[in-house]
This record gives sequence, C-alpha cells and structure tokens, in this order.
Amino acid sequence: MSTVTKPRSSVSGSIASVATLVAIACLGALLIAANAVDPLMEAHAWVFFFLTAFALVAIGIWAGGLQGRNPFDETYYEDTIVKFGVAAAMFWGIAGFLVGLIIALQLTWPGLFYFPDLGWTNFGRLRPLHTSAVIFAFGGNVLIATSFYVVQRTSRTRIAGGLWPWFVFWGYNLFIVIAGTGYLMGVTQSREYAEPEWYADLWLTIVWVAYLLVFLGTLWKRKEPHIYVANWFYLSFIVTIAMLHIVNNLAVPVNLSGSKSYSLFAGVQDALTQWWYGHNAVGFFLTTGFLAIMYYFIPKRAQRPVYSYRLSIVHFWSLIFIYIWAGPHHLHYTALPQWAQTLGMTFSIMLWMPSWGGMINGVMTLSGAWDKLRTDPVVRMMVVSLAFYGMSTFEGPLMSVRAVNALSHYTEWGIAHVHSGSLGWVGFISFGALYCLTQWLWKRPALYSKNLVEWHFWLATIGIVFYIVALYFAGIIEGLMWRAYNEYGFLEYSFIETVEAKHINYMIRALGGGMYLMGAIVMAYNLVRTALGHGAAAGVVEPAPMTAAKLQPAE
Amino acid sequence: MGLFQKHQALERHSLLLTVGILLVVAVGGIVEIAPLFYLENTIEKVKGMRPYTPLELTGRNIYIREGCYTCHSQMVRPLRDEVERYGHYSLAAESMYDHPFQWGSKRTGPDLARLGGKYSDEWHVDHLRDPRSVVPESVMPPYAFLSDNIVHFEDIGDHLKTLRFEGVPYSDEMIENAKADLVAQADPNADYDDQDALVARYEAAAGRKGTVIVGDYDGDPSRVTEMDALVAYLQMTGTLVDFSTYEADDLSNRR
Repeated sequence: MSTVTKPRSSVSGSIASVATLVAIACLGALLIAANAVDPLMEAHAWVFFFLTAFALVAIGIWAGGLQGRNPFDETYYEDTIVKFGVAAAMFWGIAGFLVGLIIALQLTWPGLFYFPDLGWTNFGRLRPLHTSAVIFAFGGNVLIATSFYVVQRTSRTRIAGGLWPWFVFWGYNLFIVIAGTGYLMGVTQSREYAEPEWYADLWLTIVWVAYLLVFLGTLWKRKEPHIYVANWFYLSFIVTIAMLHIVNNLAVPVNLSGSKSYSLFAGVQDALTQWWYGHNAVGFFLTTGFLAIMYYFIPKRAQRPVYSYRLSIVHFWSLIFIYIWAGPHHLHYTALPQWAQTLGMTFSIMLWMPSWGGMINGVMTLSGAWDKLRTDPVVRMMVVSLAFYGMSTFEGPLMSVRAVNALSHYTEWGIAHVHSGSLGWVGFISFGALYCLTQWLWKRPALYSKNLVEWHFWLATIGIVFYIVALYFAGIIEGLMWRAYNEYGFLEYSFIETVEAKHINYMIRALGGGMYLMGAIVMAYNLVRTALGHGAAAGVVEPAPMTAAKLQPAE
Repeated sequence: MGLFQKHQALERHSLLLTVGILLVVAVGGIVEIAPLFYLENTIEKVKGMRPYTPLELTGRNIYIREGCYTCHSQMVRPLRDEVERYGHYSLAAESMYDHPFQWGSKRTGPDLARLGGKYSDEWHVDHLRDPRSVVPESVMPPYAFLSDNIVHFEDIGDHLKTLRFEGVPYSDEMIENAKADLVAQADPNADYDDQDALVARYEAAAGRKGTVIVGDYDGDPSRVTEMDALVAYLQMTGTLVDFSTYEADDLSNRR
C-alpha cells in the first residue's frame, strides 16, 4: 500500500505547489493591473494575469483528467517537455533571425524600412528584441531543452520535480513574452542583454531557482556514480547566470505598480557591473551552456568517446574562473580606472587557452570517425561550430588588447565578432542538437532529408561568411576613418562620411543574414517533416530502454 | 595523478560541485568591482556636477526608452581624434548621478557625451523629426511622434525620491517643487518666479552659474511634450563640469 501512496502524494504535491505559485503570481498580477500607475505596467500585468490564469485552468483540466494515473512515471524519461523545447527554440530562432534581418535592412535603406507613424518599429526598440530573441528565446530554449534531455540520459533517471520542469519551461517562455512585448512598448532598463524591467527580472529569478532545483534534484537521484562532464557545464551555466542576473539587475522601482525603475548603482560602478554581466552572459549563457551541448551531442552523434577526460577538467575550471574577470575589456579607455582595464585585458588574453581546450576536446572527439565530416552533415555542422568557436575565442583576446580595442571598439568589428561567435558557434551547435533531438525524440530512423541539411549547412555557412567579412571591412574602414588626419593636421572625415562608407557593406551583411534565415527555415521544414515521419524518417525506432547503471567511473 | 583522483569527489557530490563553481566564479567580480565602491580616486573631484532637473531626467528616460544607447555612446575616450572630434574626454564624475549609466557600446551614430550646446534647439527638433531632412546620409530612425506625446509628470517627485534613496543629492525643496520645476523649464511664458527658483536651486547644487537652460525647446510653448524633454536633456549633456578648473595632470586625477 505504501509503495502506491508515496509516489501518488509526491505527484499531487508537485502539482499543488506549482498551481499555488502560479495562482499567487496570477493574483499579484491582477492586483498590479488594478493599481497600475502607467499604461505599460497595466498592459504587462494583464498579459501576465491572463496567461497565468490560462495556465491554472490548463493545470486543473489536465490534473482532473489523470484519474489516478501517475503522469510522472519513474520508469520513463520525460521527453514531451524536450519536444516542446525543440519547437519553441525553432519558433523563437526564426523570429529572432527575422528581426535581425529587419534591423539590418533599416540601417541599409532607412528611407524604406522606417515608418514615422510606427515609432515602436524603430531600430532602438527592435535591436533589444533581436538580441533577446536570439540569445534568450532561441538559445535559452535550446539550453533548457537539451539540459533536460541530457541530465536524464546521463543520470539514467527521470527528471525530478514532477510538474516543476513544466513550470520552468512555461515560466521561462512567459518571461520571454514579457521581455519582448516590453521592448516594443518601450519598457527597458537599457542594460544590454538585461533590458527587461524589475518585475520581469523577479519572475525570471523565481523560474531560475526552480530550474536549478529541478536540475540538482535530477542529479541527486542519478543512477550513475559520476556526474557526466556535460552536466558540470550546465550546472556552471545555471549557477553563474543566477549570480549575474541578480547582481546586475539590482534596481529600485519608482512605484510597485509601475514599470520604471532606477538601477541601484550609477556611473562607473554601474558600467562595470553591467559589463561584468554582459561579458559573462556570453561566457556562461552562450559558452558553457553550449559546451555542455557539445560534450553530449558530438560524442553521441559521432559514436566516439570524449577525447580527453583530463583536458575537460582543466579547461572547465580554468574557463569558468578566468571568464568572470574579462568584463572590463568592454570599457577600455573609458572613465573606468586603468587598473581594472588592465586586469580585464590580462584575463581576456589568458582566456584564449581554456577556450581552445574546449575546442580541441570537441574536435578531437572525432578521432577515428573523421569520415563522418563527409557523410553526416549534422556532425559537420557541429564541428564547424567548433571552428567558429575557436576563431572567435582567438579574436576576442586579440580585441581585448587595449591598442587593438582603440580601433575596434564602437565599430562594426564588434558586431562582426559577436556574429561569428553567435551565428557560427552557438547557432551551429544548436542546429546540430536540434537535428539530433528531433530524430531521437520522435524515434525516427533518419532525418526527413539529408539533402536539406546540406542546403541548410551551405546557406548558413556562406551567409555567415558574407555577414562577418562585410562587417570586418566596415569596422576597420570606419575605425581608420575616425582617426584619419589630412596633411594640414585636421581630422579628414566628418562622422557622416564614415556612415556613408559602410553602405555597400550593410547590403552584403543583410544578404548574409537573409541567407542564414533561409537556412533556418529550411531546417524548420526538415524538422517538421522528420517529426511527421515523412521521407527517410518513415518508421519508428524504439530507443534502448532506461537500463540500470553500469557501475564504472566516467571516462 | 593524485589531483585528478581528488577531482572525483566533485564529480560524485553535486552540492560540492555547485559550491565549488560558485566560489570559483565569484572571485573575479569581487576583486574587480568591489574596490570601485571604496577607492577614493575612482571618481574625480570636479566642479559643476549637479543632479538632473526634472525635465532633463524625463528626457533622459525617453533617451533610454527609445534605445538611443544602441547606436550612440556617451563616452569620449582620451584619444587624440576623439578629443578633437567631440571635446574633452569623459570623466567618471560626469556620470556619477547616472542611474543607469549610458556609456554605450556602439557608434552607429556619433558620440553624444558632449552634444550639449553644439546645435540649436530647432536643429534638434528638425533632426529628431526627420533625420534625413538635415543629414541626407543619416541612417537614424525618425522620432516625429515625440512632438505629439504630452509628458505625464504627476509622479516626477517619486522619481527624484527614488534617486535620492540611491544617493543622488536631491534636496527636499527639489522634490517638493519637482512638478513646477518641470513645467517652468519647458515654458518660456511660465511664472518668472518659478523659473528663477528652478535655476537658483540647481545652480546652487552645481556651485556654478549657467548650467540650467530654460526655454521652449520644441517650438510649441502651449504644452510640455516628450520632444521638449529629450531636447532639454540633449542640450545639457556634457556641459556641467567646469573644465577651466579641472587639472587633468594633477596626481589625484591620474588613474
């Protein structure tokens, strides 16, 4: 009897606790909506209220339909949530790339792509929408989905927390909706990659704590003696993002029913806090999280063990220790004291080595399976992502040298750099993982079309090359023009001449971005057909069941 | 390899691993950021800095809302060409009341740290309404709608209070008179006593004459629009510090 009642009570426990939290959030939103002091807060409070109320009704209907069935059966992996994550990532990815293309076109043909009557479509509001959509909506959903998949497989146990993983998924996507609609309405803290206002930040904090506990809870009931290397990286991503998010978003709202807040710190302290956050959003959101993906999906897809266990230990600890110091390189030659700039530069240069440690460990995992580069475009995509990772983690230390930074900073060079890292590294490793996950989760023998993966690969790769080469040239041209002197010792160019000089480059950049977007659309089509079991994906392959642990140390 | 053997403890205990990660990632931030709050020479001693007037603060919030920082920096670096193009390099003291800072990271448009006083109000209004009407090659978005948006300033006193809580030296008098000050700065036909009181209050805080400009910024004296507020802010950026008394080579100003 007790064996039946015990899991049942924990089932209803997680449903009740999630429902309680959502109900509190729902009531809080209603209270704020009724007392809102500005229309922006009012709009957001209603969005929040209706979505959480909808969630409560959905939980109620679903729980009522269970009729004694245990929805969290410990003998199965929770894969449905990962399927939702794959779909959400694909949707947000295309949305984010599309907004990126629009703002690229705005800078290229401002007469065509700005609308004086639609102020909310101006560059200043769409640019945070683009960056947040690709980093947090696309990247974040990829990270949540893959982490839920990987931590279950490598721990040989179902994800912990019953309904709580679903709270993490939907709560996170609610945060995305609040953030994105906020940018369009003009709700922003102006902190790059941390633009959402105080109430959205509070909500994300709750979601993130739940995420950490779900992840740790799964590790606690693992049936493997060792925590697999991918999970170290996921854990460092979750823990560090929590620290960065809380400290960088310290702010005092003007009114608890209003959207506006003022950051707690000012001026130079505020600047360094923001770039400590900003650089490590790159370091821990866009790097360690995606290195975790690399450590699971490349060995799995290539069917080879990770190249070096020792290298993974050394580069893991050195990477996370050194990354945190690199923030001040965003503030070279500013009013930040020079000792801090020098520290930031020094650590940025040191960061080159642990970064390449990760790249080497990933690429060398293909030892003995190099033929897969030719035969499996998904493996090729993931290995090319490591090539881009290696490139941009060499370029980063180079740009952090003060003398180089004097030229590169504030120019398009910076935009080229981040896109080589984000489109090349983060994008390609994510695409690789999404191709793998779709095939595995829907239990298909193969992807719908390998040719379409080839099309995606080449469209995206050539698109990135157009994008970054155009902007490297643009950045160096404008940097040199800003500091050019004529023979009389006067500045040679007015600022607007340096803007004009980039027009052709902007056109090529938009073309490259458009190709990248087309590649993603081809991919989405391929994934949908794969899930539906069309073409080469016809049929069902039952995966290996959840087996007992083989008691051996991780290798 | 003893060390690698010891690492197995971390691989077997998730909480040990979590705490280890937290300790390792906490170091850099503590060493780099914490000293900025107590090292005295982080912020230079200058003459002329004062808190933003209510109208300027409103304008600054519009600057933030519209995402101007995505294309404009407010940080002149101490490089020859920048000092010649924009003016004296920026000091930490100039943003010590900026919650949040607006140094920016990209110059798709020029730096705005020293924009104040370089162009007329009329030029700013024309340029914001339709940038390409005055600079044909510009890629800046149009902001004509700012002229149609009335500023809602009922709670401006609360904004000043919030900032005072965070350390900006707003006086009781400034907070009590925030609404009157906002109207007085944007309306040339306002009560002269109100205008004089506004100017006296903020110039006393600056310790310097000529740092508060009163006028009809947007060409429409009948109402206070977001255009008034934004232009008021743009026209004072970088104008507060008295550089005639600032000694860049003084040992205390070398950082």
